[in-house]
Amino acid sequence: MSDDKPTAPHFGAIIGAGVPRIDGPDKLSGRAHYAADQQPADLVYGYGVFSTIASGKVSQLSVARARQMPGVIEIFHHGHFPKLYRSPSSFAQGNKVEETRLPFEDERIYYAGQFVALVVADTFENARAAAREVEVSYAEDHALANLDQGVAAHGTRAGRGDHSRGDAAAAFDSAAQRIDVTYRTPVETHNPMEMHASTAWWERDHLTIFDASQGVVMARNALSKIFAIPPERVTVHAPYIGSGFGSKLWTWPHAVATAAAARELGRPVQLVVPRAQMFTTTGHRPETRQRLRLATDGNGKLVSLRHESINTTSFTDQYVETCGSVTKSLYSCPHLTVSHATTQVNRGTPTSMRAPGAAPGLFALESAVDEMAVAVGADPLAFRLDNYAERDESLDLAFSSNHIVEATQRAAERFGWDERSAEIGSMRQGREIVGYGMAACNWEALKRPCDARVSLRADGTALASCATQDIGTGTYTIVAQAVSDLTGLPLERITVELGDSSYPDGPVSGGSWATATTLPAIAKAARVALDEMKRYATGTNGAFAGVASDELEVAEGGLRNADGKQVSFADILGAARYGSADGEAHTEGADAQYSYRSFGAHFVEVRWDPGISHLRVARVVSAIDVGRVINETTARNQVEGAIVMGVGMGLFEATEYDARNGRPVNNDYAEYVVPVHADQPEVDVILLDYPDTRFNEYGARGIGEIGITGLAAAVANAVYHATGKRIRELPITLDKLMDDVPEARTA
Amino acid sequence: MRAFDYARAENPAAAIAAHGSDGQAAFLAGGTTLLDLVKLDVMQPRKVVDINGVALDRIESLDDGRLRIGAMVTNTALARDKRVVEDYAVLSQALLAGASTQLRNKATTGGNLMQRVRCPYFRDGVSACNKREPGSGCAAIGGVNRSVHAVLGTSDSCIAAHPSDMCVAMAAIGAKVQVEGPEGRREIDFADFHLLPGDTPQREHALAPGELITHVVLDAPLAGSRSAYLKLRDRQSYQFALASSAVIVQMDGNTVREARVALGGVGTKPWRAPEVEAALKGEPASEQRFADAAKLAFEHAVAYSHNAYKIPLGQQAIVRNLTDLTIA
Repeated sequence: MSDDKPTAPHFGAIIGAGVPRIDGPDKLSGRAHYAADQQPADLVYGYGVFSTIASGKVSQLSVARARQMPGVIEIFHHGHFPKLYRSPSSFAQGNKVEETRLPFEDERIYYAGQFVALVVADTFENARAAAREVEVSYAEDHALANLDQGVAAHGTRAGRGDHSRGDAAAAFDSAAQRIDVTYRTPVETHNPMEMHASTAWWERDHLTIFDASQGVVMARNALSKIFAIPPERVTVHAPYIGSGFGSKLWTWPHAVATAAAARELGRPVQLVVPRAQMFTTTGHRPETRQRLRLATDGNGKLVSLRHESINTTSFTDQYVETCGSVTKSLYSCPHLTVSHATTQVNRGTPTSMRAPGAAPGLFALESAVDEMAVAVGADPLAFRLDNYAERDESLDLAFSSNHIVEATQRAAERFGWDERSAEIGSMRQGREIVGYGMAACNWEALKRPCDARVSLRADGTALASCATQDIGTGTYTIVAQAVSDLTGLPLERITVELGDSSYPDGPVSGGSWATATTLPAIAKAARVALDEMKRYATGTNGAFAGVASDELEVAEGGLRNADGKQVSFADILGAARYGSADGEAHTEGADAQYSYRSFGAHFVEVRWDPGISHLRVARVVSAIDVGRVINETTARNQVEGAIVMGVGMGLFEATEYDARNGRPVNNDYAEYVVPVHADQPEVDVILLDYPDTRFNEYGARGIGEIGITGLAAAVANAVYHATGKRIRELPITLDKLMDDVPEARTA
Repeated sequence: MRAFDYARAENPAAAIAAHGSDGQAAFLAGGTTLLDLVKLDVMQPRKVVDINGVALDRIESLDDGRLRIGAMVTNTALARDKRVVEDYAVLSQALLAGASTQLRNKATTGGNLMQRVRCPYFRDGVSACNKREPGSGCAAIGGVNRSVHAVLGTSDSCIAAHPSDMCVAMAAIGAKVQVEGPEGRREIDFADFHLLPGDTPQREHALAPGELITHVVLDAPLAGSRSAYLKLRDRQSYQFALASSAVIVQMDGNTVREARVALGGVGTKPWRAPEVEAALKGEPASEQRFADAAKLAFEHAVAYSHNAYKIPLGQQAIVRNLTDLTIA
């Protein structure tokens, strides 16, 4: 493994401490106002009319009846909507959207649940009632309802993120042991608690929009392109977000429709996306089919690895689920090919969902590695330890910091892996068969450019601002911790402002980027502010007039000289009659000297009761190497939450579509099954906490995604150990494990 | 939601009068089905008669050993009633296996009998559904039918499973449904209350137009019996049964003197399994005997594209429940 001996940065105890969220009391008491809580004067309400067919066109749309309904103000549709412009959807320009087609562009229908009209009325209830009265006739085409239908109808299109080294085919053909297996994962839907919502209004030519957004800067820039106005005339607010899991990274059609309606009507408009349409028009994790071909030499070393994936995308945009992103570098293998392709189906455009690519990709890869270990007669743990890569062979770079061996060994020890009896079904407890399974987890670390501002104020408080967001993960709190650490101010005297595009540009809250990206910018800004403070203090009438700035040190929210004289920031500013000492800073993204990734391993115990066909995940032990942990509480919470989500991915979650017409059939919270409290396993998370100072000064790599990667594979591998059944298609529902299921009636 | 008239009734007679029998009105009890389906525009009552003031909220022990439950007794109150916990454990367990605490606090005994199916094609307001729009067809046949569709009592018109847990326990216990309507009062055997879909899946129950359920009277408990409800599902709470069993068993040493078995999640109505009961009577308790008997419940089962597994799963629900009550 990489030989990192980080210089211990001089951070105080508050970095890493599990301090409670500073936004917790506001959320608990209802003072935290979300996008749909905004009540500007004159607010009116939008409600969508959504396509009931998945493919075809609107042949006729009549609003005559709906217009007669109480409280109706306006009804927009493809024949009655202002001209807007598409965003170029450039990540580099910061205006990416996932679905580039604008609402009501034309009469075409690409997926069920697509907006076909927007009713605006004086109340939410009146808007909804009137939406029912909009009469829409469709000319329905045959819909492509799933991946197999898409591939059969028009094949695939190349994706991105491919990689090849050596000659995987030749190495496979001449290898000692080989497996060739195909895995499938279904559409999964993010389902954050807070539904997508937008409240928008215009003042003169300025658009203000409160949007449930994981990226206010990206949304501002995209809306500026769509409305063809300069970005400074758009302000996007997202002070609180009821989570997003990726579905709120980009601007979706409802936000565009809401902003357009507000401009047309000259008053604020609010729209909340109904839960049923959270499955259709705000993204989802696409369906995948992944073929894995692995081969080993006589010593159980991987010699060939091919990971070819296909995912569904929409007819409007190409979204690539990069299932092989981890495969490139997790294991050492001289001959390796990773490829991604897409096929178009009649579903809305997919988008990133927690650990995009890696979550479905590691289900396949880590299941296949388990199958390979079984094929060569090796313990799955030993097989992995033998094959883990020591450097990133895809980039030909050293890892900045990699403790996967230690993570795997420590989790194995805590879990009690050595008590595993290898024979299938050999471990029993009462009526239950016990299965042990494991898998590696892995996620890229990315640090983006970032701006931030920190002000030390005359009232003895500090204000830190950045146009990133806290999507419920603790960003407010860790920013306050960083400011507290550098200034010596207690947390209660630090105000953090996020989620406003008029603040200095910050990153989207996604990809586990926010911590590594935001904290260095905050720290740099704080240092600039402190330097400013020292200048004020050492100025003519300053508290430390005549003292050299570099003789002053920061102490407890003030400055102190070598003699122990200490003056608070407030007094320094007061003496100079200044309101604040301010620092603004810009930090760059990570350099390309190393491969920056996070590592870990999951160990899972399942229980299978064949007498009632009941499968449960009883226990999970995970060791995670994400660099330095900034907040023990929120970090643990991220991993534990991701494990729960991984249990859902493994056992329950699938958005189902009717194969005959492409309509989703379980698009509600009752029938789309996610784990409930009663399904929770015992969860034990080990945070390794090795600062990765090659990545950034804090040594933090981000923690939101990694916990879900590999978890479903660890479950599947444990299921195999318990039952002897290798389930290669998620979710692992009980019917897939039952014997003697009769044939269905052929209708 | 469409506009409707709203009336609040103080007693059953007033409720019945306000409701009328033109088929356009709905009684509002806990509202856990009605309000949901009204918001989805699947139910479109012109008038809603709120019966939360009618005071049918008592549980009374009758002199003949039966238990009379007011239609407005909530699921929570019924599940926690000492007499139910002690004499009808299967009912208490079934109620607590259903929905969530919040829903059970609102849902009522009468309302639970009137619960509508969870078939997504019924609820989506668009697909072919003979229950919602007679004659339009059944999209569930040939569609997605893994979770909330039946293998017993289905027809080519409808395969939706009855969703209630409570009713499965009542089917096993035996009960009378007391109703009051424009024509007066009458009693309906619990077994006759819910109808098979046949060619008329829009008709779900034996109530005449305008009739209001006032009480459910449980048969006296089977002396010396034990009972339990076993619900099998994907997740461990807040999901409708994939298969469930309500079992009441009276033993004579190691021999089954009498057993009552009803099934949920697999039938288009709460499904009593008399053939299983007959096969168990007088037999020694053994897993093999139980398995042989359980098979009989599914002799006429029809498996649809995704729910064939319910045939073995339903048998497992019977066998495990019987085993736990008599052997384990």
